[in-house]
Amino acid sequence: MTTAAAHTNHAHADHDDHDHGMGHAMPLSTLIAVFVSLIALTILTVYMSNIRLGSAEIFVSMGIATVKAILVAVYFMHMRHDKPLNILLVVFSLFFMTLFIAFTLVDSSEYQGEINAAGPFVIEKSATK
Amino acid sequence: MSATMTTAATDHGHEAHGEHHAHHPFQAHHFDTMVQQFDSAKLGIWLFLITEVMFFSGLFVAYILFRVNYPEIFAYGHQFLDKTWGMVNTIVLLFSSLTMAWAVRCAQLGQQRGLITNLIITIACAAAFLGIKYIEYSHKIHEGLLPGALFSYDPNAHHGEGAGHDSHDSEHSTHVTGPMPARIGLFFSIYFCITGLHGIHIIAGMIAISWILYRSIKGHFGPEYFGPVDYVGLYWHLVDLIWIYLFPLLYLIH
Repeated sequence: MTTAAAHTNHAHADHDDHDHGMGHAMPLSTLIAVFVSLIALTILTVYMSNIRLGSAEIFVSMGIATVKAILVAVYFMHMRHDKPLNILLVVFSLFFMTLFIAFTLVDSSEYQGEINAAGPFVIEKSATK
Repeated sequence: MSATMTTAATDHGHEAHGEHHAHHPFQAHHFDTMVQQFDSAKLGIWLFLITEVMFFSGLFVAYILFRVNYPEIFAYGHQFLDKTWGMVNTIVLLFSSLTMAWAVRCAQLGQQRGLITNLIITIACAAAFLGIKYIEYSHKIHEGLLPGALFSYDPNAHHGEGAGHDSHDSEHSTHVTGPMPARIGLFFSIYFCITGLHGIHIIAGMIAISWILYRSIKGHFGPEYFGPVDYVGLYWHLVDLIWIYLFPLLYLIH
């Protein structure tokens, strides 16, 4: 029972960053501040979508989405207080996702000329013009 | 049941092993400590989330590839998606993430009522998200905005150039500009695949959170044992994370 009491006391000390082995109770003020930031960023991204930004548009909307994703991962998903191994795994998965997208794009553009020359997709497209 | 298990575990701990403290009733026999059990499960849930990221990556690759090669399909197709509903759903999901993170905090601090309340709000938000998705889907199905070859939307039927508008048409206030590109159904193939898979994840999340709610009502969780709340929470935040990217990619294109 003494261990349970110790754990409870420890968990109550919100601003204590010391790791007691099983995670860290995120202070309520942090959770609410993160939520308010996420809502503000959502409104910002909708607002920005009404402004013509040309080719920069995709970078702006993906930039805002990435800031939101980082906020969720670091605070809601407790990555700030997680084990380095778990964080490393997430970084690796993002690395492999980038490889997946990049290699497919490179491969696709490699053969795009042949696809355009032979594909029925483009024949139909030019037929509507 | 829980009480007898506690007693059994306590006796076991004191007599058989002669340890300084009792075994927690939810400590599996193959783990030495609660911390070891927690760390193992946490590694497991992160590995599962990584497979989920790779799973959705396949659909994101399809999206990126088609958008790079055929941007006109996306520029035309996104006009059928309602930005307002998209934003409301984003806020609903973000709020459910807040209550889920709050539920984990309550479990860590042993706040039983807060834990149960937050889990109920999270499930309610998930249901609201699906309700809005139902409104959006039924509108699209009604107009024939369907994937691939099923696509049967007629741009002339709904926009009689100002004159022939009756009250029925004004219900569907979709203002579409520009000529309809060939194979526009491709946009809706991607739309229904990605949002559909995401919707299935929402349903799975509701089932998982309901299980956590059931165990919370039974009083299973506290400062020494809150793992399952944390693991389900991580999954729920990932579902939210995916929507954070889907919303601008599908609804906010030019």
